[in-house]
Amino acid sequence: MQAADAVVEISNLNTRFGAAVVHENVSVSVRRGEIFALVGASGCGKSTLLRETIALQQPVSGSIRVFGREVVGLDDTGALPLRRRWGVMFERGALFSSLTVAENVGMVLREHTPLSDALIDEIAAVKIALAGLPADAGPKYPSELSGGMRKRAALARAIALDPELLFLDEPTAGLDPLSATGIDELVRHLRDALGLTIMMVTHDLDLLWRAADRVAVLGEGTILGVGTMAELSQSGHALIREYFYGPRGRSARGQAWNRK
Amino acid sequence: MAADLVGTAELIAGADIHPGEARGEYRCAGAWTVRGIAQLERRLEDFSWSGEGEVVLDASRVTAMDTSGAWLLHRTLRTLAGRKRPARVEGLRPEFDALLQLIAARAPVAEAAAGAPSLSVRLGREAWRFLLEMLGMISFLGESALVLLQSLLRPRRIRWRPILYNLQTAGFDALPITGLLSFLLGIVIAYQGAEQLRNYGANIFVADLVGLSMVRELSPLLTAIIVAGRSGSAYAAQLGTMKVTEEIDALRTIGVGPIELLVLPKVIALMIALPLLTVFTDVTGVLGGMVMAKAQLGVGFIAYLDRLDEAVSLTSYMIGIGKAPVFAVIIALVGCFQGFQVSGSAESVGHRTTVSVVHAIFLVILSDALFSVAFSYLDI
Repeated sequence: MQAADAVVEISNLNTRFGAAVVHENVSVSVRRGEIFALVGASGCGKSTLLRETIALQQPVSGSIRVFGREVVGLDDTGALPLRRRWGVMFERGALFSSLTVAENVGMVLREHTPLSDALIDEIAAVKIALAGLPADAGPKYPSELSGGMRKRAALARAIALDPELLFLDEPTAGLDPLSATGIDELVRHLRDALGLTIMMVTHDLDLLWRAADRVAVLGEGTILGVGTMAELSQSGHALIREYFYGPRGRSARGQAWNRK
Repeated sequence: MAADLVGTAELIAGADIHPGEARGEYRCAGAWTVRGIAQLERRLEDFSWSGEGEVVLDASRVTAMDTSGAWLLHRTLRTLAGRKRPARVEGLRPEFDALLQLIAARAPVAEAAAGAPSLSVRLGREAWRFLLEMLGMISFLGESALVLLQSLLRPRRIRWRPILYNLQTAGFDALPITGLLSFLLGIVIAYQGAEQLRNYGANIFVADLVGLSMVRELSPLLTAIIVAGRSGSAYAAQLGTMKVTEEIDALRTIGVGPIELLVLPKVIALMIALPLLTVFTDVTGVLGGMVMAKAQLGVGFIAYLDRLDEAVSLTSYMIGIGKAPVFAVIIALVGCFQGFQVSGSAESVGHRTTVSVVHAIFLVILSDALFSVAFSYLDI
């Protein structure tokens, strides 16, 4: 694989919290235009890896390059040019509770562009529509929205600046199956329509089968395997088999086959 | 080695529209992206689409486009259509065209922005909100009183530990600040009175002035106001945060009444703490006056205290202390009530905390005035 093709390149990454080793020589890369998923058991360091990639947390050693720029060691000022080019959707939405949905989306544009208020309001409305929310969700406050709508609002804010790279932390966690399916389709749709690269952390096997192009399984502090879901499900590694062939894994896989 | 891509977006020329060679033809160029459209947007506001009839937008030189740029193009087409100038786009790259189609399909229909409500509507809304809040406060008072009665009927259910804890935080911990401020207030009153009293040679009456005003009025009021700012706000913030994190709902489902566990101990503790604090501030206030009397008027400590004994009757003293439990109930209930009114956001916690202090101080002063009216009517 050519280096220029890789939007995110993580190599020989080591993370420790005190004595606890989280990542040991983790190397993985995300290619332009793909939907890349990180999976693994709870506490295996998926979210930590994501937070390190978006420069919210520092690893002990190793290198993370995003758009060819080294992220490790960057402070907030240094990370700013990069942060304008990626969008992040946090697990619990992290919408600003004192702003309406439209203001949440518009705020990003107001901070980073000289556009007029009227145009910003219109673009915010477009993003809200793109995220699959009805127009009347704009003037509502996050506390007035359901969990699924809040995720969509968070997604609308994440794509406010038309990022080239989108990070999603557990996009479907805590959603009912119907809303989760909506998010699956939304993620694919956004990638296809806007040409985004998406890196996400998820537990949702349905989302993996439906949306992910490539999946990396994290476990025992390292990458156990990388590949498409079909490839990984053929893997001989005990932990990967356990992950994908538990009762829930089987049913999600069955459904995926039925659709084909 | 990957090329350094950061900053390439800035190097590309911004979005632009300029008239082409043919009539009604315009050329779109540059990067139609969220960072590239700022200048064009301002120009488009009073852009003169010269001539009449169809407008052709030649977009073959558009180098980049994202959803924001696509929206601007879509909006331009819509504006032209609104002016009876049908427009079409030519030469747009297929991927950009797909984006434009997506935006056109998803774009929200421009709805008339709801104007700001008129003055009378706002007035009505505010009045209604105020009325509802007053009703809520009264029902909260009744609910708390009911729970208090139930607890008194079964004294074993009274939670002593939180009461003692609140006694410590709202009472004991407040001793330094209330004592200091009351001491200073005693100094101020003696200083203000000194000049007048000296004119009449009535130096010794400084004990009457400081003693009566502090003990009867100022020290209960001052203490209540400080405690409202210190503890009333803390109650509102604590309960408000618990409401946001659904801890209050959790208490309900466990079968523990939030009023019984969270409100009553605070009310009871403050009803004990505030009179005690008032006694303390009475003492420090009178001491402050005593220091100033010695310095300004040459009234000795012994003479001052002798005169104080005659000036301040037991009734005056008890009136001062007797107001404190009423103020305590007001402060604790307003703080807790505002805490329960918190909804959802972090901002709401801050807002309700502020409101709790303002309301508590307002009601404390109001009730103090009512006490004065009642006492003058009763001729005490």
